[in-house]
Amino acid sequence: MSFFKKLKDKFSKTEENQEVSDKYKSGLSKTRGSFSSKINNLVARYRQVDEDFFDDLEEILIQADVGVNTVMDLVDELKMEVKRQNIKDSSMLKDVISEKLVEIYAGDEETVKAELNLQPNDLSIFLFVGVNGVGKTTSIGKLAHQLSEQGKKVVLVAGDTFRAGAIEQLDVWGQRVGVEVIKHSEGSDPAAVIYDGIQAARSRNADVLLCDTAGRLQNKVNLMNELSKVKRVIEREVPSAPHEVLLVLDATTGQNALSQAKTFSEATNVTGIVLTKLDGTAKGGIVLAIRKELNIPVKYVGLGEKVTDLEVFDAQAFVYGLFADMIESSDDESLDS
Amino acid sequence: MAFEGLADRLQETIKKITGKGKVSEQDVKEMTREVRLALLEADVNYKVVKDFVKRIKERAIGQEVMESLTPGQQVIKVVKEELTSLMGGEQSRVAVSERPPTVIMMVGLQGAGKTTTTGKLANLLRKKHNRKPLLVAADVYRPAAINQLETLGKQLSLPVFSLGTEANPVDIANQAIEKAKEEHLDYVIIDTAGRLHVDEDLMDELQQIKQNVNPDEVFLVVDAMTGQDAVNVAESFDQQLDVTGVVLTKLDGDTRGGAALSIKAVTNKPIKFAGMGEKLDELEAFHPERMASRILGMGDVLSLIEKAQDNVDQKKAQELEEKMRDASFTFDDFLDQMSQVKSMGPLEDLISMIPGANKMKGLKNVQVDEKQLVHVEAIIQSMTKKERVDPSVMNASRKKRIAKGSGRPVSEVNRLLKQFDDMKKMMKQMTNMQKGKKGKKGKGFNFPFM
Repeated sequence: MSFFKKLKDKFSKTEENQEVSDKYKSGLSKTRGSFSSKINNLVARYRQVDEDFFDDLEEILIQADVGVNTVMDLVDELKMEVKRQNIKDSSMLKDVISEKLVEIYAGDEETVKAELNLQPNDLSIFLFVGVNGVGKTTSIGKLAHQLSEQGKKVVLVAGDTFRAGAIEQLDVWGQRVGVEVIKHSEGSDPAAVIYDGIQAARSRNADVLLCDTAGRLQNKVNLMNELSKVKRVIEREVPSAPHEVLLVLDATTGQNALSQAKTFSEATNVTGIVLTKLDGTAKGGIVLAIRKELNIPVKYVGLGEKVTDLEVFDAQAFVYGLFADMIESSDDESLDS
Repeated sequence: MAFEGLADRLQETIKKITGKGKVSEQDVKEMTREVRLALLEADVNYKVVKDFVKRIKERAIGQEVMESLTPGQQVIKVVKEELTSLMGGEQSRVAVSERPPTVIMMVGLQGAGKTTTTGKLANLLRKKHNRKPLLVAADVYRPAAINQLETLGKQLSLPVFSLGTEANPVDIANQAIEKAKEEHLDYVIIDTAGRLHVDEDLMDELQQIKQNVNPDEVFLVVDAMTGQDAVNVAESFDQQLDVTGVVLTKLDGDTRGGAALSIKAVTNKPIKFAGMGEKLDELEAFHPERMASRILGMGDVLSLIEKAQDNVDQKKAQELEEKMRDASFTFDDFLDQMSQVKSMGPLEDLISMIPGANKMKGLKNVQVDEKQLVHVEAIIQSMTKKERVDPSVMNASRKKRIAKGSGRPVSEVNRLLKQFDDMKKMMKQMTNMQKGKKGKKGKGFNFPFM
């Protein structure tokens, strides 16, 4: 069975899957429009697989923010594959290109669904970190809504004591979603607020505690140390925690996202990524680069402004959305023949 | 993940062609490839890079190599000149309306830093230009955005106009201007909600605000870390709102900030300010020249080259090199070298100009004690000629005399002697290593994949 068939079958099997893939499709419509239609164009333009073809492919991938190193590696691998399989016709390469991309996105098929590490009978503590303006607080609000819907008791703690209006922002989310927010006043010690959050979550028998932190640029050593301290405080209180350290990344970010992922990992041992604003940017290539270079899984994807617009990252669904055009057109081709 | 700067990238290529009198087409091809990669890694948009590299090629081929510069430096120079001219001159001026209030609209994607920049800009207008600005909270969508602006207003003791989250942003803007007129405030800065450039409804709303208030400036606020998409964002905002200037935020991070170049190239609108920190006074005029260096990741190589060129006596340098080779390096040479380095300016400045220096652990924010250098000088000057050439004659009474003459303790004299000895050993090793390398190459040592 061809690779695209497999993907397509997976998503036409059940209603629920259909819904998820529709959401990805609509959220990623711009991504898809510019990314895979370009690959289609590329394939249509070149009958033969030659240097120019690879130059153009390189261009498409770089424009998707995949990053020079990853692109070079990928193109090298493709070139080898072309030699090995003796591919001369560019339309045959289409399969190989997307397969390679999925390989990087998805890795082993077993680990494709990146689920949150929820403790079944105990308090789960998730720490949110990231640079300024990526959407940490919004992501927390959305996730709190999702977990509440699943019947979990959620408590939020306002660890961003620095930015003006940050505490109020989380507070509004708490009211919207109907969960309690633990907070101190602006300017207080974030580690102390988080400590109080843990105590409160325990005494209320909460299932999940979501910890907000102030945005910080990863090259500010003092602020990164502050973050490590917050994590140490959590570890001291609950030795198995934090059960997730989620790095929130803005999908519009370019190559600096790699540096963010690396430095935040060093300070807090990031366990997963929440990729936000994917509905707006035309690209999603940064995921590819981060998966390949740092092996940090993407767990959630922000696909819009509504409270429900946070999806569990499913690499195959993501790729399906990214390549839907190609998949459908290749289907048509097979019908013709 | 540390991105090598252009200078590092070019090293290898340059090695191959040093000593050539002219830059050949092949050389330029190789070097422009490196330039291209450096720009792409800095997030400059692909299309912008393409055009840019084409221009560089045209300018660089066939150029006479200036005596003072190697071909590689020459190319860097051309690249930097082109980059700087593309970025335009410094333009941190803000319009002044003939009929106050002057109206400024802040627009951009979510999380770019519009609200913070609104606060910073107001602060700048008041402090530097002695103006009375009114902050307008027109972001009715993001939770607590109004609250954030009000808090900033409080911190700055500046008035903030808001009508809560139920009001229409167009009404808010209109009423704010009325209020500014009544209270004789001369600037109105409207903080709008972040939105996607492809969100038609919300972009429409901005157009309506614009038609109503007829702003003197429309500032597009852009995150300096933005990737390839910066072009689409800037183009789209500019087409729909005719942006008058750009503010680049979060430039205090470690991003190379190629987005700046992309935005300038597609909109041709000036980048006026740069956000350099979280504090409210950390909004600076944008320096195109510095940005050019930053994008190339090359520190300020050129100024360094120029400084060295101006101050280092070539003949002396050559002599020195020979002395290093045969290890006949003396304290006199040491003194010479020191005075040459010193004449180039404060050491901290020099270090900060070395590409990659702020990434090196030991060199980050290094404070060089210039006094130490003076002490070293004094010690050497207290030595006799014989001692300077041949330190092995040194004994306890000589050391005591030198200490007395220089006013430094004997222990310090000892330390310097030890350092000098170590240095000579190191030079010897280095020359040996170079010889060794050549030997290896002769044997035809190759990597398996080559």
